[in-house]
Amino acid sequence: MFSNNLVELRDLKVAFDGIQVLHGIDLTVGRGEAIGLVGESGCGKSVTWLAALGLLPGKATVAGSVRVDGQEILGTPRSVLESVRGKRIAMIFQDPSSSLNPVLKIGRQITEALVLHRALTGQAAKAEALRLMDMVGIPDARRRFDLFPHEFSGGQCQRLMIAMALAGEPDLLVADEPTTALDATIQAQILDLLIELRAETGMATIFISHDLGAVSQVCERACVMYAGRIVEQGTIEALFDNPRHPYTRGLFDAIPRLDGPRERLIPIPGTVPHPRDLPEGCAFSPRCSHAAIDCRSRRPALSPMDDGRLLSCFHPVNQTSDLATVAASRVAEAVS
Amino acid sequence: MISHSANAPLIEARDLVRTYEVRQGMFGKATPVRAVDGINLTVMPGETLGVVGESGSGKSTLGRMLLGIDPPQGGETFFEGKPMPKLGTPEWRALRARMQLVYQDPLAALDRRLTIAEQIGEPLAIHKLVPKEHRATRVAELMTAVGLRPDQADRYPHELSGGQRQRVVIARALASCPKLLVCDEPVSALDVSIQAQVVNMLRDLQEKNGIAMVFISHDLKVVRNMADRVAVMYLGRIVEEASSDVIFSAPLHPYTKALVSSVPVPGKPLKGRVILQGEPPNPANRPSGCAFHPRCPLATDICRTSVPQLRQVADGRTAACHLMVGADQPVAA
Repeated sequence: MFSNNLVELRDLKVAFDGIQVLHGIDLTVGRGEAIGLVGESGCGKSVTWLAALGLLPGKATVAGSVRVDGQEILGTPRSVLESVRGKRIAMIFQDPSSSLNPVLKIGRQITEALVLHRALTGQAAKAEALRLMDMVGIPDARRRFDLFPHEFSGGQCQRLMIAMALAGEPDLLVADEPTTALDATIQAQILDLLIELRAETGMATIFISHDLGAVSQVCERACVMYAGRIVEQGTIEALFDNPRHPYTRGLFDAIPRLDGPRERLIPIPGTVPHPRDLPEGCAFSPRCSHAAIDCRSRRPALSPMDDGRLLSCFHPVNQTSDLATVAASRVAEAVS
Repeated sequence: MISHSANAPLIEARDLVRTYEVRQGMFGKATPVRAVDGINLTVMPGETLGVVGESGSGKSTLGRMLLGIDPPQGGETFFEGKPMPKLGTPEWRALRARMQLVYQDPLAALDRRLTIAEQIGEPLAIHKLVPKEHRATRVAELMTAVGLRPDQADRYPHELSGGQRQRVVIARALASCPKLLVCDEPVSALDVSIQAQVVNMLRDLQEKNGIAMVFISHDLKVVRNMADRVAVMYLGRIVEEASSDVIFSAPLHPYTKALVSSVPVPGKPLKGRVILQGEPPNPANRPSGCAFHPRCPLATDICRTSVPQLRQVADGRTAACHLMVGADQPVAA
C-alpha cells in the first residue's frame, strides 16, 4: 500500500487527563510541500505534531492515524518510531539554546545525530558535520566545531539546530515557531535559510507559527487552527487575499500595519476558550461577529469550497460581496 | 525655579551613560560594556516615544535609567525640569508614584500569593494616596478602566489569562495616576488578537489621562501604532529619530531601513528585501568607527574609523550616519 503522500494524519485526537484538546485533525503532506500551521497559543498547532511523533508525555491519550509513506506509526513500538523520528521527520523548536546540550561541544552534538541516523563515524562524520554547518551558514565552521552552545548567539544556535535536524536527511522538517525568539533581522535570515534549504534538498516543511507574515513567505499552503480544530485550509493566495472564516479574517485585521494611515487596531473580542469548557456549536461563535443562532447549537464541518479551500463555517466572510453590498447601500443612500 | 509647563519636557535625558562589567570566564579580567552610550532624549507631557532595537541594543537599560532604577555613570535625567533624585531616597520614592514601569512578563511582575485586587491596591497604600475605606472603590474603578470585571477582584494571577494579567499590571501602574509610563515590551508575550486589545486599551487610557509614555519594543508594527516619535537604538546609541509616520515609510539610516525591511508582511515575498548579514555585535567588543559598519551594505572607509554623530538631517529628524546628506552641525545636547 503505497501512497504518493509523504505524511497523512487522519482524525488525530489528543486528550490530556480526559480533557480533549485536539478534536480530529486531517492533514496530508505531499513530498516537498511547505505547509503553515497558524493560530493563537493553545489552538493545538504544536500538539498536533508532538502527538504525531509520539513526543507527548504519558498522560496524553492519542487516537487516530499517522502514516508515513503509507506505514502507520501511531502506537507502534519505540524502535519503529525511532526509525522515523529524526531520520524521516525532524523537528526544531522555538528556543534553540534549551534544545542544545549545554555541556557538549557543538561538533559532537551534530556528529551524534550523524552516527545515529546515517551510521557515519570518525573523519567521515566530522566532514559531514562541517558540511552541514557550512550549509546553514555558520562562518568559520572548522574553528568553531569544538565550541560550546553558549559561545554561539541565539540565531546561530537556531542554525545549529537546523544543521542537526538536517543530519538525518529528513523528508519532512517540522519547524515549531523557529523564529519567534529571535531578533527581527535574524528572523529574516532564518526564514531565508529555511526557504533556501527546502529548494536545495527538496524536503517538505511544516512551519508552525503565529506570525502570518512569516508563514506567507515560507509556505504554499496554510491551515488555520482554532480550539483544537482546523477551521480553514487553503493556498496562501486564497487565505491571504480572501479569508473566508471570520477567525482567519480576525487574525489579519488584528495585525498592526506598517504602512497606510495609523488606525485603531481591530482586536478579536474575548479570549480563546479553555479546552475544558468549549462552547457548544462552533467553538469560535462567542467571539464571532458573524455568528447566528445555528452557530451556537451545531458545529460546522470542515468541507471543500468551490475554489478548492476547506472551510468550517456556516456564515463565512465574503469580502467581495460584502464590499459590493456596502457600495450598493451607499449608492442607494446617495440617490435617495 | 521655573515652574513646569506643558511646553517643557516631562522627562529629559542628557548624555546618559551606563557601563556594566562583564567577566570573561570565572576568573577572567572584567571588561566594561557600555550598554547605554551617551543618549539624549526628551518626552513631552502626553507624548509617546517609541524605542526600537534588537536585543542588546540597550533599550531596556535606557528605560530603567529614565526611572532612576539604574543610576547613570554619566549624564543626567530631569523629571519636570528637576534632576532625578538618587535611587532609594525618600524623594525618589515619592517621585516613583508619578512614573511607573510595565514589563513584558506579567506573571513575573505579579505576586502569585496575593489576589489581583490586593496588588492593584498596593500602590494606593504605599504612597498613601487613598484612605483605606475608599480603596476598594478605587480598585474597582481601575479594574473597569483596564477592562477587567470587578467580580474578578478576588482571583489570583494564575487564574487569569496572559492578556488579563497584563491588564492587572497596567491597572496597578495606573493606580498612582502617573505622568510617565515606561512600557518595556508590554504586549510581546501576547497573541495578536489579545495584543490588539491591550494596545487599544493603552492608547485610550493615555488619551484620557494625558500620560506620557516610553514604549520599548522590538515589534515595529506595534511601535508604529503606539508612538508619536520613534528612536532607533543600535549598540547603546540612538542612530535615528523621527516621527513614527516618516521613520517607517522613509527610513534614512541603513540600519532602520534593514529593520523596516525585515518585518514580514503577509503576502509580500522575501525576495527583494534587505536581509542584513551577520549578527548584532557583542557590546563588549564594539566595532571601531560606526558600530553598524560590519553589517552595513553601504559602509566606506570613514565608517570604519570615525564615529558618526547624531545630526539633524531634516525637520524633526536626526540620524547618525556619515552617508546622510544634511546639516553638518551635530545636534546640541
